[in-house]
Amino acid sequence: MNTGNDYDINNSRNSGEPLIRLENIGMIYKIGDISYEVLKKINLLINKGEFVSVMGASGSGKSTLMNILGCLDKSTSGSYFLEGKDVSGLTSDELAEIRNKKIGFVFQGFNLIQRLSILENVMLPLYYAGLHSKDAEKMAFESLKLVDLFEKGNKFPNQISGGEQQRVAIARAIVNDAPIIMADEPTGNLDSVRGADVMKFFEKINGERGATIILVTHDKNVAGYARRLITVKDGEIV
Amino acid sequence: MGTKKQNKVKFAFLLDLESAYKTLLRNKIRSLLTILGIIIGVGSVIATVSIGQGASKAIQNSINSMGSNMLVILPGSSSLGGIRSGFGVLPTLTLNDAYAIRTLQAVKTDSGMLGMSQQVIWRGNNWTTLINGANSTFTEIRKWPVARGVFFNRQQVVSAANVAVIGNTAATELFGLISPIGHIILIHSIPFTVIGELTVKGFNAFGQDQDDVVVIPITTMMEKIAGTTWVHAIMVSAKTQKDTVLAQSEITALLRQRHHIPLHKPSDFFVRNLTEIAQAANSSAATFTILLASIAAVSLLVGGIGIMNIMLVSVTERTKEIGIRMAIGAKKSDILKQFLIESSVLSLFGGILGVGLGFAISSAISSFSPLKTIVTTEPIIISLVFSLCVGIFFGFYPAFKASRMNPVEALRYE
Ligand SMILES: Nc1ncnc2c1ncn2[C@@H]1O[C@H](COP(=O)(O)OP(=O)(O)OP(=O)(O)O)[C@@H](O)[C@H]1O
Ligand SMILES: [Mg+2]
Repeated sequence: MNTGNDYDINNSRNSGEPLIRLENIGMIYKIGDISYEVLKKINLLINKGEFVSVMGASGSGKSTLMNILGCLDKSTSGSYFLEGKDVSGLTSDELAEIRNKKIGFVFQGFNLIQRLSILENVMLPLYYAGLHSKDAEKMAFESLKLVDLFEKGNKFPNQISGGEQQRVAIARAIVNDAPIIMADEPTGNLDSVRGADVMKFFEKINGERGATIILVTHDKNVAGYARRLITVKDGEIV
Repeated sequence: MGTKKQNKVKFAFLLDLESAYKTLLRNKIRSLLTILGIIIGVGSVIATVSIGQGASKAIQNSINSMGSNMLVILPGSSSLGGIRSGFGVLPTLTLNDAYAIRTLQAVKTDSGMLGMSQQVIWRGNNWTTLINGANSTFTEIRKWPVARGVFFNRQQVVSAANVAVIGNTAATELFGLISPIGHIILIHSIPFTVIGELTVKGFNAFGQDQDDVVVIPITTMMEKIAGTTWVHAIMVSAKTQKDTVLAQSEITALLRQRHHIPLHKPSDFFVRNLTEIAQAANSSAATFTILLASIAAVSLLVGGIGIMNIMLVSVTERTKEIGIRMAIGAKKSDILKQFLIESSVLSLFGGILGVGLGFAISSAISSFSPLKTIVTTEPIIISLVFSLCVGIFFGFYPAFKASRMNPVEALRYE
């Protein structure tokens, strides 16, 4: 396992504290008078540098869980410790900063901004990190180069294929050198060859950068790249 | 990373502007329609203010053309607020009153005036015009020099000489292109030698052609044409602008004494300060301008509501984009800033186009009407700042709404 500390995270050095610790996380959606318990008392530990895949039936709550892990959404009960720090009580701006600095998210849809060019899409996390100008452009191009899209920077999302859009989304997720990469169905729109390429890419950044990778998939082959498999069923980890 | 921080912050703002600009260009027609209200609002502010300033310049000019620090004494009762029995009908002012006024402290010079419409004949031509009896001080009081020839002098007034100075319009009507100097004209069947022609003065504030006139010595007028011992008016030039008020009270006191008016009785004449009247007209023109400009400002506000409306639509349309931006680290303030910059750029651009429209309207007015409009920088700057404020004010609510979105829900939006 990678012991390098490129991603200096305040409290992770001093103890055996895992990167992610979920304690009794529950999520209840209320629609009108009816409430849906989508996640039930989830307990989960993920260490730094792990490569975890999450599987489960459609509607089992995988995306909901990922949203909570990615600090996009707050659980309705339980506690979430990221690097030992309870993030349940943070303000939306503090969560935004965590998302920006520590988490690279690849969404189930591609979620690219249509009216921005590929390059601008990839630059966006840097922009919100306060990085502008030529440096940011250089980093974005580096990132595009890693996913083999260096020469498409000036195109727009609707001018490239679905698989290419997925790779742009990945380039955007890794551009900030985030220590945690989360991907929801990153290969869902790709053929098996392209899918394998993407997985090899995740393997690479897991190995070389020591990034922690958590990905959701339906595909057993894809899940096979991960070193740990988590299965969600009816809102619970089994 | 921190070394170029300053530079980067400066750059970031330009980047924000550029991105707002690009966004608005993507929807050219919609952006244009949105700012139409602002364009019309600013355009009409610029145009109305330019009309107002042109009008007040015109009034200023007519003040100057009227003569320097001029007072006019008219027969009649001032306590009744005006001339009751018709202009100059009451025979209360005499030429001796005029001569007495000349001795006053604050008075520089004066001229009795007696006007009357008469037919003037030169060879086969005749023209009915205003015959004005005046003193030799006329040119000085009215600031109205002769263009050629000379004005009659004091001697000619004393001796009631048959000399005339002709206005431009009357000269053209009678003489055509020939120089009138030295010719004999008949007024009331009496021959007069034309010794001078006045410069062109143009129309006065009431639309009368001031050049349609023949000026002769007041004495000649009284003795040979009107056959009266009284004058229609006495024109007085005060020494300075400030002296006009003093002159007014001095004249009132003097004439009351000369006319033997007891303390409790009203005067049989009144003194008008023409500069004051003109200034009153000027300030009412200013009031009118303010009124028009505020109506225009209301249309700016309406334009602001248009911007708010479109920004709300835009925020809803771009919910997904907002979700994506938040998911990758945009803070509330980042989203707020993005939409505020967009609405400000929109309205400022509207303001700039509006200034162009205002210029166009005001120069069109200048070329198609006698009024010469004046565009100054002040209303331009004020309306640009105002339209920027409109953008910020009306863009705030939509931007605020965008910044409060929940990222997960926003991402789910299709
Ligand atoms: N905002 C919401 N309001 C109400 N119900 C929701 C909401 N989000 C998710 N759900 C419900 O929660 C359940 C889990 O949804 P989730 O998206 O986590 O499933 P998933 O495991 O990711 O499925 P898939 O594999 O199809 O992506 C679903 O039944 C869904 O209807
Ligand atoms: Mg899902």
